[in-house]
Amino acid sequence: MGDVKELLRLFGEIDDELVSCMRCGMCQAVCPVYAETGLEAHVARGKIALLEGLSHEALKDPKAVMDRLDMCLLCGSCAAACPSGVRVLDIFLKAKAFLAGYLGLPPAQRALLRGMLANRRVFDSVMTVASKLQGLVTRPANEVIGSSCAVFSGILGGRHFMPLAKTAFHKTLPAAPLQARSGKPSVAFFYGCMVDRMFPRIGQAVMKVLAHHGVGVLAPVDQVCCGIPALSSGDLPTFEKLVVENVAAFGDASFDVLVTPCATCTSTIRKIWPDMCDGLPGEVRARAKELAAKTMDISEFLAKVLGLAAPAPSGAKRTRVTVHDPCHLKKSLGVFAEPRAVIAQNPEVEIVEMAASDACCGCGGSFTLKHYDISGRIGKRKRDNVVASGASVVAAGCPACLLQLSDMLSKSGDAVAVMHPVEIYAQALEQVEQGPGGTNP
Amino acid sequence: MTANALIKDFQQALGKENVLAAEADRYAYSYDSAVLDPAVPGVVVRPTDVAGLGKVVKLCNDAGAPLTVRGSGTNLSGGTIPKAGGVVALTGALNKILEINTEDLYARVEPGVITAKFAAEVQAKGLFYPPDPGSQAVSTLGGNVAENAGGLRGLKYGVTKDYVMGVHFFDTDGELIKAGGRTVKCVTGLNLTGLMVASEGTLGVISEIFLKLVPPPAAAKAMMAIFDDVEAASRTVAAIIAAKIVPATLEFLDNFTIRTVEEFSRAGLPVEAKALLLIEVDGHPAMVEEDAAKVEELCRAHGAKRIQVAKDATERNKVWEARRAALSALARVSPTTVLEDATVPRSKIPDMIKALDGIAAKYKLTIGTFGHAGDGNLHPTILTDKRNAEEWHRVEAAVDEIFDVALALGGTLSGEHGIGLAKSKYLEKETTRGTILYSRRLKKALDPKGILNPGKIMGE
Repeated sequence: MGDVKELLRLFGEIDDELVSCMRCGMCQAVCPVYAETGLEAHVARGKIALLEGLSHEALKDPKAVMDRLDMCLLCGSCAAACPSGVRVLDIFLKAKAFLAGYLGLPPAQRALLRGMLANRRVFDSVMTVASKLQGLVTRPANEVIGSSCAVFSGILGGRHFMPLAKTAFHKTLPAAPLQARSGKPSVAFFYGCMVDRMFPRIGQAVMKVLAHHGVGVLAPVDQVCCGIPALSSGDLPTFEKLVVENVAAFGDASFDVLVTPCATCTSTIRKIWPDMCDGLPGEVRARAKELAAKTMDISEFLAKVLGLAAPAPSGAKRTRVTVHDPCHLKKSLGVFAEPRAVIAQNPEVEIVEMAASDACCGCGGSFTLKHYDISGRIGKRKRDNVVASGASVVAAGCPACLLQLSDMLSKSGDAVAVMHPVEIYAQALEQVEQGPGGTNP
Repeated sequence: MTANALIKDFQQALGKENVLAAEADRYAYSYDSAVLDPAVPGVVVRPTDVAGLGKVVKLCNDAGAPLTVRGSGTNLSGGTIPKAGGVVALTGALNKILEINTEDLYARVEPGVITAKFAAEVQAKGLFYPPDPGSQAVSTLGGNVAENAGGLRGLKYGVTKDYVMGVHFFDTDGELIKAGGRTVKCVTGLNLTGLMVASEGTLGVISEIFLKLVPPPAAAKAMMAIFDDVEAASRTVAAIIAAKIVPATLEFLDNFTIRTVEEFSRAGLPVEAKALLLIEVDGHPAMVEEDAAKVEELCRAHGAKRIQVAKDATERNKVWEARRAALSALARVSPTTVLEDATVPRSKIPDMIKALDGIAAKYKLTIGTFGHAGDGNLHPTILTDKRNAEEWHRVEAAVDEIFDVALALGGTLSGEHGIGLAKSKYLEKETTRGTILYSRRLKKALDPKGILNPGKIMGE
């Protein structure tokens, strides 16, 4: 336990933000968690009231408030719909950091975040061992999706998860950076943990598309996690350590844009880094902010910076693709037209919109680990909309969403493949290379 | 703190999972959308069927525990702020639309149904439920009835009370009382439906509502009239009504609101305009064309500088975007937003607006005014910071004066937000001492122990 006075002082720092909530309750209309539980303490207005209660010493139990703050996907639906523009995510992340500093992290989380996530070499070797062992305890569950489930249900529960890749993406990277063709931009590639360990195929698709367009690519292998898992647990020191390491990995290189194929990484680097790096030394802070300003989602980069031409018309549109809008792309960054433009580069694809394409999938990173039941109920709604669209592929520009979609679709036995928009584009490029008669996406 | 025995009784009646006793959970029901101090209930219950709701009422009465029923907690007068240590009953799990009858044009609903979801279901069946309070995306129909909520369409279509054909409710003994029903005509017994509407939970607990539905208008046309003189805009409002045209909506935005909305949304509003009128007429296509032409003519005749008539749905949407953004835009200016709803006869709008300017200057406050000009229901919105004690004192004085002016003009304390806790002390100003005593005797007879939302409307 920390010092209560210090906790109150920290809450005082965000008082201006807390007081900007006028209690109108409009967040109830959009919060995916509230839609399931119907409890005021689970919606943004309620959580902000609880924080004010703590701050004014009307509430005595910080742990209970932390537990309710954890009932949050950090999807930002509330912030996007808030009439008075309350900076909800900023408030929640800061409050979690204050509370975790006061309460201390639970031991298991502490071991995971500080022992593993904050330590690239440990993380790397644990993951490599795990990827080799997983075949012993799991069995394939759905061929279209490529998911597995546990032979004995233990920590994995009833999940149908994507197996860890046998070879991490970063081990397949070319030794030297790709050089830009003249007049083409150079990017730094922040692939993110999930692409590295679970979806190397997305990383490879990105490399393929960038090479095709003659873009220079630098992908430093000493990059680490963007920090959001730490921050969503309130572990500010680990978050800061990760930012420092990433700044060292990317900071002094000259490139035009930092691209990521992960909505959550993009939104974390671009919006959360600048807000949460006040505790870092001035120079690191400045470089973190520079990186943040240069960060773009891969689809946004392809559509806006490269400018994609309309694809050559194809005889038959053989594949129906529906698009899920990740919260951290559409609600956080306003990116939703771009992934569709990238998908449309594949001439064999017809985009069919599902109902509520921008409703949260229910993953929320660590939320699904702590609250699998509610996460699954939210995910089931998304799965129903995907299936009702009649598409054979669902695309989403976020590996965390892809993981959740895989779980939901696989458990229902649906033959719907789960892909990143860039993969769909990359497949079209492959088909051009291979000539007619290539495979469907 | 509520007695443990009562909590045990609730758990037995409703199941443990529907009884919230933890401090943090209770604290989340200590407030609503009114700018008032929170009061933390002793226990929060969530009945999952109507029978459970009846049991809650009876248990509270037996224990003499104050009971506040809460839908989404969006009212602006403190009607859902409970008694400290009392009981809050949530209607969120009573959210079934029981029937939408397209032959007899009515619907039956449980009290926790969300207004906008209901309106959408009704629309999907080819009918129309007009009341559209600003909070409709989250507000409940039970709350709308208890507060007699209004909205933008009040001028032509009326408010919630005009659509309530009947209610079922529990008295304090948990007995089910039935009033009104499915027929347009019904004179059976006392008009208890009328008694329940706007009673803010002080006389009974609503368990089922019969709502009137109407055929939707076949066509609609929206326009924006721009004025460089507030008086001219107000005169136009009066002239439209005098010409026997009743627009579905007739909204007003003052210069401060226009500038703030424009800064927020960059929608291309005329920031130099002193006032905007947003007008929509609806009905049969031929009538809509005729009315729209007449309204345009009247706007010009009364000094509108410019009129933009929406040519299609996109343009119509653009007209209403400005109005929809009004509260959002104002709310971003300062930490605390005090949204008032004192209402005057529509012919007195010019006087009211002049008085508001005077009050803003006198108390050195920022007041943006927008609202339902067609029915005299303006929303002077005071932008302030409740943490600044000195300024807050001026806000309170200004609010007092707004009420005095509204009453002096023959108006009312509240057009649509309710009296609740926020305005009960002013009630005698508008009515009489006798009115309050009469109301209290009525309450005493129906609720001898005073458990039903005590302190609201008529004080204690």
